[in-house]
Amino acid sequence: MSAAPLLSLEDVVVRFPLRRTVMDRLARRPARAVHALNGVRLDLHRGETLGLVGESGCGKSTLARAVVRLLDPDDGRVRFEGQDIAGLVGAARRGFNKRVQMVFQDPYGSLNPRMTVRQVLHEALSVHRMRPRAAIPGRIAELLDLVRLPPDSADRLPHQFSGGQRQRIGIARALAVEPDLLVADELVSALDVSVQAQVVNLLLDLQGRLGLTVLFVAHDLRLVRHISHRVAVMYLGSVMEVGDTEALFSAPRHPYTRALLDAAPDLDPARRTAVAAARGELPSPLAVPSGCPFHTRCPHAFDRCRTERPVLAPRGPAGRAACHLEGFGAPA
Amino acid sequence: MTGVADTRPGALAVRGLRTVFASPAGPLTAVDGVDLDLAPGEILGLVGESGSGKSVTLRSLLRLVRPPGRIAGEVLWGGRDLLGLRPGELRRVRGREIATVFQEPMTALNPVLTVGRQIDESLRAHTGLDARGRRARGVDLLDLVGIPAPATRLADYPHQFSGGMRQRAMIAIALAGEPRLLLADEPTTALDVTIQDQILKLILALRARLGMGVILVTHDLGVVAQSCDRVAVMYAGRIVETGPVAALFAEPRHAYTRGLIGSVPRAGGERRPLLSIDGTPPGLGARPAGCAFHPRCGFATDACRREAPPLAAVAPGREAAGREAPGREAACWHHAAVAAAGIEAPVPEPA
Amino acid sequence: MTAAEDLLSRRRPAPRRFRPPSLPRPSPALAGGLAILAALLVLALVPGLVAPYAPAAFDYRAILKPPSFAHPFGTDNFGRDILSRTVWATRVDLQIALFGTLVPVVFGTLAGAVVGYYGGWVEALFGRVVDAVVTFPFLVLVIAIVAVLGPGLFNLYIAVSVVGWVFYARIVAAGVALQRRLDYAAAARVMGYSTPRIVLRHLLPNAVSAAIVYWMTDMALCILLGSSLGYLGLGAQPPTAEWGVLIADGKNYMNTAWWISIFPGVAIVLAGLGFSLLGDGLADLLRPKR
Repeated sequence: MSAAPLLSLEDVVVRFPLRRTVMDRLARRPARAVHALNGVRLDLHRGETLGLVGESGCGKSTLARAVVRLLDPDDGRVRFEGQDIAGLVGAARRGFNKRVQMVFQDPYGSLNPRMTVRQVLHEALSVHRMRPRAAIPGRIAELLDLVRLPPDSADRLPHQFSGGQRQRIGIARALAVEPDLLVADELVSALDVSVQAQVVNLLLDLQGRLGLTVLFVAHDLRLVRHISHRVAVMYLGSVMEVGDTEALFSAPRHPYTRALLDAAPDLDPARRTAVAAARGELPSPLAVPSGCPFHTRCPHAFDRCRTERPVLAPRGPAGRAACHLEGFGAPA
Repeated sequence: MTGVADTRPGALAVRGLRTVFASPAGPLTAVDGVDLDLAPGEILGLVGESGSGKSVTLRSLLRLVRPPGRIAGEVLWGGRDLLGLRPGELRRVRGREIATVFQEPMTALNPVLTVGRQIDESLRAHTGLDARGRRARGVDLLDLVGIPAPATRLADYPHQFSGGMRQRAMIAIALAGEPRLLLADEPTTALDVTIQDQILKLILALRARLGMGVILVTHDLGVVAQSCDRVAVMYAGRIVETGPVAALFAEPRHAYTRGLIGSVPRAGGERRPLLSIDGTPPGLGARPAGCAFHPRCGFATDACRREAPPLAAVAPGREAAGREAPGREAACWHHAAVAAAGIEAPVPEPA
Repeated sequence: MTAAEDLLSRRRPAPRRFRPPSLPRPSPALAGGLAILAALLVLALVPGLVAPYAPAAFDYRAILKPPSFAHPFGTDNFGRDILSRTVWATRVDLQIALFGTLVPVVFGTLAGAVVGYYGGWVEALFGRVVDAVVTFPFLVLVIAIVAVLGPGLFNLYIAVSVVGWVFYARIVAAGVALQRRLDYAAAARVMGYSTPRIVLRHLLPNAVSAAIVYWMTDMALCILLGSSLGYLGLGAQPPTAEWGVLIADGKNYMNTAWWISIFPGVAIVLAGLGFSLLGDGLADLLRPKR
């Protein structure tokens, strides 16, 4: 990838400090913080779908929120077309918001319960002056058609739609401002399986037709594999591995990726194993292990892993992994 | 599945199970004539989407449905009808012969009692052990479900356990009465994928070791494929298809099963459209007439709109070439056409 | 066309079954409350419709007369017709209900929106204000302010407004803080909408229903407060007909002429009931559907 990335994260750190109680202060306990992102480096290229996958507490949703600037990093930078987005104010900020949009997980909480679909889309179109006033009704109809909602849905309120239809409304709202980058945070995880597939198909179709760049955040490995050109695997606030989907799934170069792949329930009953893919519990993001965050559960961990944090280093033609075992998963 | 009920100990046979909830808008039928068979030591997956009635079915087996719910039909447990038992007799079956594990590991444990105390309660109810015996057994049980340092963890409160550990503790409590059958309602849905994997492997290991049967309710076909012997697919309160896991996944015979399997992304089909199903599952009060799936079905004909197909035996298909694949049943007028269509989504032709 | 192709060609989701647009059917509480308040409003606007005499007309030939055809509610110690005075008082008391709450509702709602949206030190500061206000009994506080400013309705409004906005602000702040955490608020921020737009157009409409319901109860309470102060001589001044003043008028004749105080008392109860029912009904109506 030689072209400059559309968006890049440079050593992004996000901490959520816990509130200290009076007792904590009296006992002089140090202030504690959830370490949501611990120096994340990641590039997003124009036109690609980057899948971001990981278990709870891995920081994937925090990363999504940092990308759309719902929160600002404590350290490091998020650059959009080379520009640090933390410095954007006023019209420049609105311009950024127009180009980077997000769809949310919760089909029930992500729509204002008192606004009809028409009001939602009209607001987006008129605030950003996407169309002359007279052309707005026509554009609303186009948007509904784009996300395959029936034309008569414009004047209905969110509670009159099913979960899958609400997610379509959320997509239409994001697409109203014609963004370059669409961040999808657990877009389908609250939906029934059959409805998930509809929304996934829609996203694939839109991505191809509109040339969108997509950051697809999900915990479901099968979905991420299906949708993404490239995949980044996160664990406790760090990117463990990133690479082209095909390569990463066929020959993972990080033991955590391997464990995640083996743990994901396969649809093929013939591929059953008796032993669990990963031992131990997920550590709390309040107490991220020293060194490699995965060392407490890694079957290959050795002394260096406990003390020294591995950096993301090149593996194979297009991938990178943060593991001291450079040869892990390499073709023999 | 109208065959002769298995009356061996540890076998379950459900016949014509119906669970109806009274509501101001009229009766809502959550479970609409379900027949199920479970051999001793078998793991059966009960799979479906929201509103399919899979959880209510599971709860109805032990009459764990609160009014205004009413249960009818037969639940034959080793030949005895659980629905006809007096409350005292049913209590002796619950927990001791048939145990349950539910979805929410956060709320299923009492937060103000230690885990040891809650295991102790279960042991006291289901065994004749004295206090020392119960403590020793409690340690054994925690060890059995894979909780490290079990003797010290007995004194912990549930909030000191992680989600996965709580689900293990729930399973330990369920195992206290050495049940012959475990009813598990979405036991891994709230868990992360590596922890889900651990719990599923644990259930498989316990089945092998203790010989108990399991009914596993889930919405995740992958979970079924990785842990069950047989599977029953539910839609709108009915079982629409049932069969051995390998055969059913290889060649579904009901259009709904086919769509469900096709909706799950598989390796090799990256960035191609999934075989999705139109529309959404019907609500309890709005089940379509005839085959409840017909408004979402590409195979539907007038026959489907007119009459609900019965769950009937279908011949083993090409997946069973040379092998015996008995017990395949489907409630679909077009099961032959569904089998012929396969589970690959055809690539749409460019317009 | 094969079945599979058929399936693909119809990917558009099936439209939901047609549901007739149902007008919100008023609940019995809403209907009852509206009926009572509408009746009171008519009395306030055209008291002559029911009141047979002028409210302050003396009639020394009919002093302390029990209810009769000429005076359905009887007369007081100046021969004034109680029915007429009670009806005319409606105008004054509804004014008290409205003007005593208007500033608190508007200012409290806006202040609450700001507090709820920004949280942090703004919230902490507001918390101290709430503490200061709730530590004193409301009535004592209002009486103290009126005592300083001097008796009269206008000063009563000032006193109630100075204290009353805090309760609205607290309700609205809690609602806005709750709504702010939902994803639609995040979506509005990602859309690049201005803060006033997010607060006023998105969060407030979903957070004010509790305040509106409280407003209804508060209007009833305000009438009671106005009447209490009227009774104490700190509110409406005689000879203005106001329910609290009317009750105070009758306090010396309770044993001989019960009707002087009873009928205005019934009017207060009726108004309170009307506002409470309306509040209940609105609570049902405003609850967002999910």
